Amino acid sequence: MSSNYFDIIRPGINTTFQDKGRDHLYHIGIPFSGAMDNRNYLIANKLVNNNLDSAVIEFAYQGPHIKYSGEKINFAVTGDVIFSIKKKDVEIEGKCYESYQIENGDEVNIISTNKSVYGYLALGGVFDLKFQWNSCSINTKANIGSNDGKKFDVGQRINLKKINSNKDIKKTNYINTKIENIRVIKGTNFDYFSEEGKKVFYEKEFTVSKLSDRMGMRLEGPKIDNIVNTNIKSEGLIKGVIQVPADGNPIIMLSDHGTIGGYPKIGVVASVDYDRLVQMSPGSKIKFKEINLSDAETLFKLYEMETQNLLSQI
Amino acid sequence: MIKNISNLGDAALYCDFGNEVNKSINSQVIKYFKTIKEKKFEGINNLTPSYNKLIISYDLKKTTFKEVKKFIEKVNIEDLEKTNSKTLEIPVCCHENFSMDIKRLEEILKLSREKILENFLNKEYFCYMTGFIAGMPFLGDLDENIRAQRLETPRVKVPKGSVALTEQFANIYTFESPGGWNILGNTPLDVFDSSKEDKPNLINPGDIVIFKEISLDQYKNYNE
Repeated sequence: MSSNYFDIIRPGINTTFQDKGRDHLYHIGIPFSGAMDNRNYLIANKLVNNNLDSAVIEFAYQGPHIKYSGEKINFAVTGDVIFSIKKKDVEIEGKCYESYQIENGDEVNIISTNKSVYGYLALGGVFDLKFQWNSCSINTKANIGSNDGKKFDVGQRINLKKINSNKDIKKTNYINTKIENIRVIKGTNFDYFSEEGKKVFYEKEFTVSKLSDRMGMRLEGPKIDNIVNTNIKSEGLIKGVIQVPADGNPIIMLSDHGTIGGYPKIGVVASVDYDRLVQMSPGSKIKFKEINLSDAETLFKLYEMETQNLLSQI
Repeated sequence: MIKNISNLGDAALYCDFGNEVNKSINSQVIKYFKTIKEKKFEGINNLTPSYNKLIISYDLKKTTFKEVKKFIEKVNIEDLEKTNSKTLEIPVCCHENFSMDIKRLEEILKLSREKILENFLNKEYFCYMTGFIAGMPFLGDLDENIRAQRLETPRVKVPKGSVALTEQFANIYTFESPGGWNILGNTPLDVFDSSKEDKPNLINPGDIVIFKEISLDQYKNYNE
């Protein structure tokens, strides 16, 4: 029996453990998974003095309400999140990007994400979790990972194996910026679409549909007209691929995506914009902007440098 | 052989082996897949072989399109020993509770339910690849009479165990998931077992699969 644990009073809508994800498994149909918004995942770990590849709690929209039992521990929340901390008789409003110390009996209530989708709750320590293929990331579609591959449920108890001895309180100033355009690289079936269809794709606005989750983001908007074939022979997919099925509505593959797909690929989201893409909530407007491979590589390099810089300042 | 290499986004290579689907092209793809996997090139984090394509994705923090392409162009594809393929019988129940797209198929194919099943069951299908959701096998080739396109709008939820068709292929949905294939029946058999980390898939590329019909009662009693 572990003496340090937390109980889940309210699980939230889609709360899971995530880490850096698992690789080398696409060929048997197991996707990357891992934290959707990688930058916020890394910052969360850094704020509580964890190894950067540690597991954190990822939540979407409404997050969990947890009650902690055990010796003192730090926690931090990242993203654009409204939450509160309940200590004995006082309840205070929490601030993202700051670590706090909680002790036996304290509660953390993640009320909701604000005009975004995902947020992260990191605890300064090591959760007692099952690893599958070197990752504890939960893939609820294939029931893989810790917690039997299922999202958090009410009444569950999660144990901690270890608590960090470094309990320094940390803080950083970070603002999640929104972007108007999602940059994309032309897909391998770009020429399946009519001139009009290509124009629609780059010039019109699409709306993020409610039917979006960790697997994919469905978009609604003007139809993208296909003049060659609305099916291709099923082939591999990667994160960020934009498929257009026969109904003309694009679907963007996200971290828990199927590894194989048979709809034409009109484009692929540039890696630099992935973290911000996944934070676009249903109803958000998306416009696509074409960039080439070398620009995409440079932009990602800059984004990565910025992430490392942010981490080094914490 | 690879006919063309292009980029799929900024973190993957798209190796094109042509447009035909047959065992000979598919075994070329598998050869490349196995050889490259063995070489453990720094930065490559996934390989996805399919009928006639191989997608190689990499960590953009560690390598680039140019570097991976150079490596793939130079790689020596070794002749691999034939892997042991096995023949598996998969029970499938095509009761109306499960065959969600039978009406659609009857209309598109202009065949009765009985004819569709007669053309589908008790035949040998080759497993070209596995994937989509954990362990899903892509099997072929179906009789020309029962080939249909995917649904116009994929379903948000396809039940676990669904046996479905599209074009010359059949598959089994190993988990409840979104999907656009025409659903013909359901198998009570577990095709994927994540507790076996080294061999989670029941059906692997190269295997032969035969679908055998079972009744609704047999289906219900299958796992008892």
